[in-house]
Amino acid sequence: MSDEDRPDELARGGGELEPVGDPIPDPGLPEEFPRPTDVDPALERRAELQVAGAFGLATLLTLGFCVAYFAIPKEKTIFGWDASNFTLGMTLGGALLLIGAGAVQWARQLMHNEEIVEERHPIESPEEDREIALDMITVSAAESELGRRKMIRNSLLGSLAVLGLPAVIVLRDLGPIPSDEELRRTVWVKGMRVVNDVAGTPIRASDLEIGQLVNAQPAVLVPTGDPEKDKAIGVLHGVELLDAKARAAVILVRMVPDEINPPPGREDWGVNGILCYSKICTHVGCPISLWEHQTHKVLCPCHQSTFDLADGGKVTFGPAHRPLPQLQLGVDAEGYLIAMGDFVDPVGPSYPQMERD
Amino acid sequence: MTDSPTVQKPIQETKTGRAAAGPVKWLDERVRLATLVKVFGRKVFPDHPTFLLGEIALWSFVVLLLSGTFLTFWFIPSQGEVIYNGSYAPLRGLEMSEAYASTLDLSFDVRGGLLMRQIHHWSAMLFIAAITIHMLRMFFTGAFRRPREINWLIGVTIFMLVIVEGFAGYSLPDDLLSGTGLRIAEGLMRSIPIVGAYISYFVFGGEFPGDALVARLYIVHVLLIPGILLALITLHLILVFYHKHTQWPGAGRTENNVVGPPMLPIYAAKAGGFFFIVFGVTTVMSALFQINAVWNYGPYNPAEVTAGSQPDWYMGWLEGGLRIMPNWESTIFGWTFSWNIFVPGVLLFGVLLTVLAIYPFVERWVTGDDREHHLLQRPRNAPIRTSLGVAGITAYGLLWAAGGNDILAVWFHLSIYEITWFMRFAVFIGPVIAFIVTKRICIGLQRKDRDIVLHGFESGIITRSPDGEYTERHQPVSPVEAYRLSEHERVSVAELPEEFDENGVRAPVRRVDKVRAKASHFYFADVVNKPTRAELEEAQHHGDGEHAELEAAEDEGFTGVTETGVPKST
Repeated sequence: MSDEDRPDELARGGGELEPVGDPIPDPGLPEEFPRPTDVDPALERRAELQVAGAFGLATLLTLGFCVAYFAIPKEKTIFGWDASNFTLGMTLGGALLLIGAGAVQWARQLMHNEEIVEERHPIESPEEDREIALDMITVSAAESELGRRKMIRNSLLGSLAVLGLPAVIVLRDLGPIPSDEELRRTVWVKGMRVVNDVAGTPIRASDLEIGQLVNAQPAVLVPTGDPEKDKAIGVLHGVELLDAKARAAVILVRMVPDEINPPPGREDWGVNGILCYSKICTHVGCPISLWEHQTHKVLCPCHQSTFDLADGGKVTFGPAHRPLPQLQLGVDAEGYLIAMGDFVDPVGPSYPQMERD
Repeated sequence: MTDSPTVQKPIQETKTGRAAAGPVKWLDERVRLATLVKVFGRKVFPDHPTFLLGEIALWSFVVLLLSGTFLTFWFIPSQGEVIYNGSYAPLRGLEMSEAYASTLDLSFDVRGGLLMRQIHHWSAMLFIAAITIHMLRMFFTGAFRRPREINWLIGVTIFMLVIVEGFAGYSLPDDLLSGTGLRIAEGLMRSIPIVGAYISYFVFGGEFPGDALVARLYIVHVLLIPGILLALITLHLILVFYHKHTQWPGAGRTENNVVGPPMLPIYAAKAGGFFFIVFGVTTVMSALFQINAVWNYGPYNPAEVTAGSQPDWYMGWLEGGLRIMPNWESTIFGWTFSWNIFVPGVLLFGVLLTVLAIYPFVERWVTGDDREHHLLQRPRNAPIRTSLGVAGITAYGLLWAAGGNDILAVWFHLSIYEITWFMRFAVFIGPVIAFIVTKRICIGLQRKDRDIVLHGFESGIITRSPDGEYTERHQPVSPVEAYRLSEHERVSVAELPEEFDENGVRAPVRRVDKVRAKASHFYFADVVNKPTRAELEEAQHHGDGEHAELEAAEDEGFTGVTETGVPKST
């Protein structure tokens, strides 16, 4: 605002006017006092040495970095620390810090530090400029005949608007459209062995003690270390393995049969008190891993959803909504645990079309 | 003021000047260099420690670009399976993605690679923290008011982008922790109503985890978002230059000027030096403090997770929302709506960004203040804004704490379920308490400022009168200080328009006016205004006659002293 706009009264909030300098008039910029370095040559000299010293030391540290890069082997440690990382970081970091500190000290103590005052002008354009601008736009609108040739204008706008469509459509092949079947299916099929998720060994009912929880996988997801055997089982690799694992991972848990309270229709889904549940949390899909055997509950370490495995995998706490899906277990001719089919309920996080046919 | 430095020979007459004259002239003939120097050379930059927050953010961004470029020379953005055969013995022979293997190589086989990885991660943390606090500084001082609303919106966009950018970077190494983060992100995508599963399939190129994402995230992380950020930061700075920096109010500092050191040499030396300080601090931190030791987590395996998994700090509050949200899910017309995930995981972030984006416009509507502002406000002088801000910080902080409920449970030997239940209520009650407390503190501080202007400061000198009464002597503050405490604007509640105009014709009061009057009442009703000149003169007169009045008070019956130790007038 220019001075003409600011007589001795100012518009305040709500449009009321109040006198300038109420209650206390602006005393103006206070006087700046000289710094100690301005008046004491000894201090000035000391500051100068500090700044030059910082820059000098920075040079030495940078050279130290170059030496350390070649001199310190990657695997060397000092007190358990990575010696190379420590030395490279401290020399380079120290050099940078000293350059910065030197420059700031120079500005603060030695450079002429008088504050100066610059005028502000209102951000809005002066009236004159606005009029010129409006005239220009009027003229160019008239010269382009944009207002007169509506057909051209509208067809141009239309053609530009539809250009948005290709921009969206070309992204269509980012991924396939998931089918309901694909979203639900896992690699479990009837007769597939349930194996230990580290060694890939099949599991007998007698291998589990009461209260024990075992992380398990379908046999096709754990390489046994024997290529012939892997081929016979059809063990997956790479991305197929990870994709399958993200849905098919399970936990086996053995409880006292009397303590199990199976939901209707699932009375025979276990074997000797051994039940099999999906390991993938129904909240946002973390693998559930914390087992509290006295209460038969498992807890998801990500968001603490808690499921009661003795009660059909029901949610007892936390943000998950659906119970952990259960896998029906059986025993094959050799006495190993097998799946009696795929999961009935969708595994992992819910999705919108989950309940639709 | 200090003496002017010794007058020097003009630069063009020195040896250096003569040597540089040719190239400088060449440049000037092509880019009008002298005019640039004329415009920017002595541009004023007000000084204040809080003005460094934006600089920390800016310089961290530069450090991120430098260290990130180094990392791209070795990092392989691919989920193709390889057998690891590098220096880190515990993982040798394991199947893993190329992304993870190359991150291990960067950490163990490239000299300086670990340092650069740690610099990159630490400066990312610092970058987002600096942006967040910088934004709070803008909020609490009213720096978003006209003409800076556009720059505020640019800032909010940057804030949103850096969080996405940070998460993308966190996900690239394809270690167990980053994979767990992506698993959760996939769950969030699925929770988007109707189209969730499609979005997840499009992003991951099919099933989770698939083998497309690291390559896609990589280009988003190293080109797309940094490019947009670079453009937005440039625009942000151009506007700062254009508007000229805000300044704290004080003697001689008005809406019509800007006071501070000039760009050359002081500001250039300080800001330039500050770049080295930010870079140096980050580098020293990276030498001393380990961050994201991916080799400890192992390659991503969707069937494994480590207990105590935590995201980077800026995702903590969203993680907290996910943890404490009740497990609501509903099926409407056959479609499943996962409110338990969608509300805290997707909606909450949107709500925060929306509230931030519209706040300047809401406040402008309520206060009716559409004038240009270049002087910052002391937070106490905008009590409701300050209290709203503190309430917001409290909600954010509680959600963040809830994101570490498992860590809190372990450290303090508490039940995780009790912490979760506590947080479910605390995120609503805490901000209300914070609002009330902050408002009282602001009003108290306003009252104190008013008292100091009226009566001076409490000198600590206790005087005993002959009849045994103790009073504390108040001494006037300097005019500079008194001005600083009373330069702000007086505010008043906007009144509803008269229901009947001067001719007695009824003009119905619109509902929007009623809402606005209520909002104005909420904003301004309890504000303690600075004294008027008349009040000040009265108080000064009163102060001069203190002793006389004391004696008079004796006769009329002493009625005690006010909070500030001045005898109450009868």
